Amino acid sequence: MDRPVITTFVARRRTGRQRTPVTIAVPALLGFAFLLLPLVALLIRAPWSQLLSLLSTSDVLTALRLSLVCATASTVVSLLLGVPVAWILARVKVPGMGVLRALVTIPLVLPPVVGGVALLMALGRNGLVGRYLDRWFGLTLPFTTTGVVVAETFVSMPFLIVAVEGALRSSDLGLEEAAATLGASRLTIFRRITLPLITPSLAAGSVLCWARALGEFGATITFAGNFPGKTQTLTLKVYDALQDDPDAAIALSLVLLLVAVAVLAGLRENWLRPGPTS
Amino acid sequence: MFRDQGRQPHQLLYRPVRTGRPLLARACMPVLLGAIILTTATGCSSSSGTKAGNASARTGSGSAAPGGTITIFAAASLKESFTTLGQDFERAYPRTTVKFNFGASSALATQINAGAPADVFASAAVKNMTQVTDKGAAANPSAFASNSMEIAVPPGNPAGVTSLADLGRSSLKVALCQAQVPCGSTALTVFKNAELTVKPVTLEQDVKSVLTKVELNEVDAGIVYVSDVQAAGAKVTGIVIPASLNSSTTYPIAVLTKAPNPGAAAAFVRYVLSTEGQAVLSADGFAKPN
Repeated sequence: MDRPVITTFVARRRTGRQRTPVTIAVPALLGFAFLLLPLVALLIRAPWSQLLSLLSTSDVLTALRLSLVCATASTVVSLLLGVPVAWILARVKVPGMGVLRALVTIPLVLPPVVGGVALLMALGRNGLVGRYLDRWFGLTLPFTTTGVVVAETFVSMPFLIVAVEGALRSSDLGLEEAAATLGASRLTIFRRITLPLITPSLAAGSVLCWARALGEFGATITFAGNFPGKTQTLTLKVYDALQDDPDAAIALSLVLLLVAVAVLAGLRENWLRPGPTS
Repeated sequence: MFRDQGRQPHQLLYRPVRTGRPLLARACMPVLLGAIILTTATGCSSSSGTKAGNASARTGSGSAAPGGTITIFAAASLKESFTTLGQDFERAYPRTTVKFNFGASSALATQINAGAPADVFASAAVKNMTQVTDKGAAANPSAFASNSMEIAVPPGNPAGVTSLADLGRSSLKVALCQAQVPCGSTALTVFKNAELTVKPVTLEQDVKSVLTKVELNEVDAGIVYVSDVQAAGAKVTGIVIPASLNSSTTYPIAVLTKAPNPGAAAAFVRYVLSTEGQAVLSADGFAKPN
C-alpha cells in the first residue's frame, strides 16, 4: 500500500524539477557563463604550441618549486598549530570562546594585503615582535622564504581550523568517554579515537589550506616582497609576467588553474561527497 | 533509561558527522574559489568616462572649454605632482573632474593595451609609452619631465649607508623596482655605470612600494627617484648619487586614441606642458625633459 504513494511522490518531484522557471533559468545561465567564460578564455588564449617552452624556463620552474615548498610548509605549520587551536575552540567551554573563534577566522575574509600589512606591523623588522626577533636573534622575516611561509600560513590556517573544528564538534564524544572508562590515556584517546574520527575533515581542511596557500598573493607580496628564487611564488610570477610577457602569464595561470581543478576533483572524489562510511 | 542515554548523544552526533562536513566544505569552497580568483586578479583600474565626459568630448572640439571627467593613468612617481596638477587643472577648468590611476608604468601600459578606459597616459619611461603607441593605443607622445635616481635610507640611516658602493655589501637589505618598471631598469643602469653588483632582497612593483619598504625600515636602502625622496620629506633620508654614475629617465605623456574624453584629455596634456604645469613638476624635484 505504501509503495505506490512513494513512487508517485518521487515521480511528481522529478517532473517538477524539469520545468525550471524562466526567472531562474535566465539569471542562472548568465551566472554560469560569468563564472566559466574567463576560464574558457584562458584556455582559448593559451599559447598551446609554446606552452612547454614557456613553462620550462628556469625562473618559472624556480617559482613553481618555491610555490610548492612554501604551500606545503605552511600546510604543515597549519596542521601543527591549527589542529590544537581547533581542539580548544571545539572542546573548551568558557565564555568568550565564540569571540575567539570569530577572531581567529578573520583571515578567511580579510583582504590578504591587509594581512600582509598586519604581519609587517607584527613581525617586520620594526614590528611589535619583529624588532625583538631582529635585536635578540638577528632574525628578520620579511623578504625571506620563511616570510612567505608565514604569510601563507596566516592566510590559510583558518581554512584548516574551521574544517577540523567542525569535525571535532560533531565527533562522537561517547566514543572518547568509552575509551576513557576502559583506561586509555588522554594521548591514546586523541591518537586512536579522535584523530581517526576527524581524518576526513583533516584531509579536506589540509587540501583547502594548501590550495589557499598556493594561490596566496597579497599577503606574500606585502610581507615577503618579490624576489625570484627566494620569495617570488608562482602567483607573484604571474603578476610579474603579465607586465612584459602576457603569454608566459597565461601559461602560468593555466598551471594554477590545473592545480585548482585537481584540488576540486580530489576533494569531490574523496571527501566532499557524503559517503556511506563516514 | 539506559537506552535513552545511549542513543541521544549518538543521534545528536551522528547526524552532524554526515551532513556537517559537506556543509562545512561547501561553506569553505566559495571562499576558496573567491580567494583564488581574487589572488589571480591583478591591478585595478579606476572607473572613468562618464556620460558628461563623452558628451563634452563630442561637442567641444578643441575651441570650447573642456569639461567632464578625464582619467589619467600615470606612473607611481608622479603621484604627488600629478595630484597637485589635477587639482590646479580642475580649478582652471571648473567643469572638469580629474581621476587618477597611479601604478608601475609597465603595469599601466598593459592595462591600456588590454582596453582600460583611460584618457591620458603619463609614463616614467619612453619604453612603456612605446608599448602603447606600438599597439596604436596612443600617438605623438610629448616628453614633459625627466628624473634621476637617489638612494633612500630610513631616517637615521641605521645601516650607515654613505655611498652607492655600500649597496654592494651583502649584509645590506636593498629594495629595487622590478626590472620591467622604469625605476628598476634605471637603477640597473646606475649599477652598471658604477660597475657594482647589488643583490636586492625584493623587487617591488613600483617606486612607491620601494619607498614604503624604506619608510617602514624593513630595508636598509632603496633606489628611488630624486622626486620621491623629496616627496617623502622627513620619512626617508636621501643619499645623492654622483652625476657621473647616475642615470635618468624621460617621462612622455600622450592622449590615448580611445580616450572617452579627448577634448579635456588634450587640455590636460597641454596643462602639464605649460609653464604652470612645469613649475609644479620642477618644484617637486623633476628635471626638464632631456
